Amino acid sequence: MTVNEPRTPILQGENIQVQRGGKRVLDVSSLKIVPGEILSVIGPNGAGKTTLLQALSQLIRLGQGNIYFQGKKIGADMPPLEYRRCLAMVFQEALLFDTTVYANVASGLKIRGVKSSEIVSLVNTRLQQFGIEHLRDRSAKTLSGGEAQRTSLARAFAIEPQLLFLDEPFAALDPPTREALLEDLNRILRTSGTTAIMATHDQVEALRLSDRIAVMNEGRIVQIGPPAEVMNHPVDEFVASFVGMETIFEGKVLNCERGTTTIAVSRSAYPATADAPPTSMTNSPSSMAEASGLDVGALIIEVAGQAKAGEQILCCIRPEHVTLSPGVRADRSSARNAFPTVIARISPAGAFYKVHLNGGFPLVAYVTVQSIEDLDLRVGTIVTASFKATAVHMIRRG
Amino acid sequence: MDIIFEGLKQALSLLISFDPEVMGITWLSLKVSGTATLISLFIGIGIGTAVALTSFPGRQIVVGLINTGMGLPPVVVGLFVTIFLWRNGPFGALEILYTPLAIIIAQSIIATPIVMGITLAAMQQLPRKLRLQILALGATRFQMVWLLIKEAKLSLMAAVMAGFGGVISEVGASIMVGGNIKGYTRVLTTATVMETSKGNFDVAIALSVILLLFAFAINMVLTRVQQRERPR
Repeated sequence: MTVNEPRTPILQGENIQVQRGGKRVLDVSSLKIVPGEILSVIGPNGAGKTTLLQALSQLIRLGQGNIYFQGKKIGADMPPLEYRRCLAMVFQEALLFDTTVYANVASGLKIRGVKSSEIVSLVNTRLQQFGIEHLRDRSAKTLSGGEAQRTSLARAFAIEPQLLFLDEPFAALDPPTREALLEDLNRILRTSGTTAIMATHDQVEALRLSDRIAVMNEGRIVQIGPPAEVMNHPVDEFVASFVGMETIFEGKVLNCERGTTTIAVSRSAYPATADAPPTSMTNSPSSMAEASGLDVGALIIEVAGQAKAGEQILCCIRPEHVTLSPGVRADRSSARNAFPTVIARISPAGAFYKVHLNGGFPLVAYVTVQSIEDLDLRVGTIVTASFKATAVHMIRRG
Repeated sequence: MDIIFEGLKQALSLLISFDPEVMGITWLSLKVSGTATLISLFIGIGIGTAVALTSFPGRQIVVGLINTGMGLPPVVVGLFVTIFLWRNGPFGALEILYTPLAIIIAQSIIATPIVMGITLAAMQQLPRKLRLQILALGATRFQMVWLLIKEAKLSLMAAVMAGFGGVISEVGASIMVGGNIKGYTRVLTTATVMETSKGNFDVAIALSVILLLFAFAINMVLTRVQQRERPR
């Protein structure tokens, strides 16, 4: 879907604050969600994701602020119960009732006083949609984690909610179950056009499901935008670090010409270690660095983008944008930064290996198992790390 | 041993012959203890649920009092109910001391904290987020409480058994507030005490066996219901 068109928000939060034990745990000045949008809320544990969902769904009392649903102020123009009957929520735990799968899926409809004859067809549709019709008469207590969560989702969709809140719904599932359920949920959400807000700490889930991503920290939304924008253009060091930009280092802008910014990275900012390559091997045009008042061993990198000379900049690079080649290579160009580095550590990271490099500043790269073998990568090996000027995201300091 | 066998024989003959006095005592015991249990369920489940689902200053003290109440000595209850219902007491004008109603009141006071304590524990054992889940399903507060009670039904069945078991078998309060009046306030336990003190061990054993049989039968019915509901 396109979220750029101006549309009336289905849900709007204004100046939402929640206090707990005298401490402000949620402080969101404004949040708008348009119909059919899927918003993922990501952030570390304790960032306030769950509190935001519970506040927006009116399951907890707000310390301050207002929630508007389809333009109606909850509590003033619309009773909270009426609002809650327009939404559904799925938690990390399936939280099923101690009864059959059928009765669980029917529970929301029963609460609303829907006739039994209507309930049968509505429930059967959802059981089928989530592939659990064969579990219809099973006791919910005997279900596996994946089956239980499917039942919980079917229960939520059975009431045909206008708003769906998902609070880390896949966090307790094993990877294959999560994968299958994520696929099904994505399909059902898209075909039904249901507006959804999902809290997750898994960026892959957020990327796959969302139209927009909101990053939360300490109860506040620090950045919100389309997935590509949040992932590639984080607004601060916290977001950069959280969205997986594992290499973050500070530099000073030397000059900016034709859309390319030259940045000097002071080696003295990163304590020299025994495994760092000798200064003579590194990329350090001493005259430029000296002119900017940096130490002679400063590293120079080129970044696509505009900045003012003298500005302090944070450079952020995703590990998948760093490539390694064996030995020391001097194929540096304006579009590519290349540095001789020494491998400091190699650690497994799912399907890849994470290679920690020391090139006078810390650098992290992802390589495949095949590359580890082909390049004979080991701790202490000298390799050339390179990344494109466009791969570096700049964040202005201060 | 002869006394025991004699007692068992006597119990059997009293049961088979539907001895009117024994039947009257048994029926009164069931009526009084059953009513007291129902009252205690109503109050105990209500207050137990309310305490479990809310937080307020002094909650810990209230929970401590409920737990203490679970072990309330029947004679203490009997003493205070007697004082309150005594001719010159605060409720003396009601003139209900030494009536079955007085026994029901005393037994309700004994059973209520038991039911309340078990309800409180049962409700607190339910996942905390279940309340939010029920509200998110569109439930009113009343529907939420009802659904939570239904979720805790297995534990609440234990509350029924413990409450009924506590009052059908108590003697101190019943004798103090009921007076063990023949044909009026004599229940199985008070009759057993009286027959034992008179040396009529056979009748006392017979009454004890009847008491045990009833307690067992009622608990078996509740156990069957509870186990049928148990998830497999």
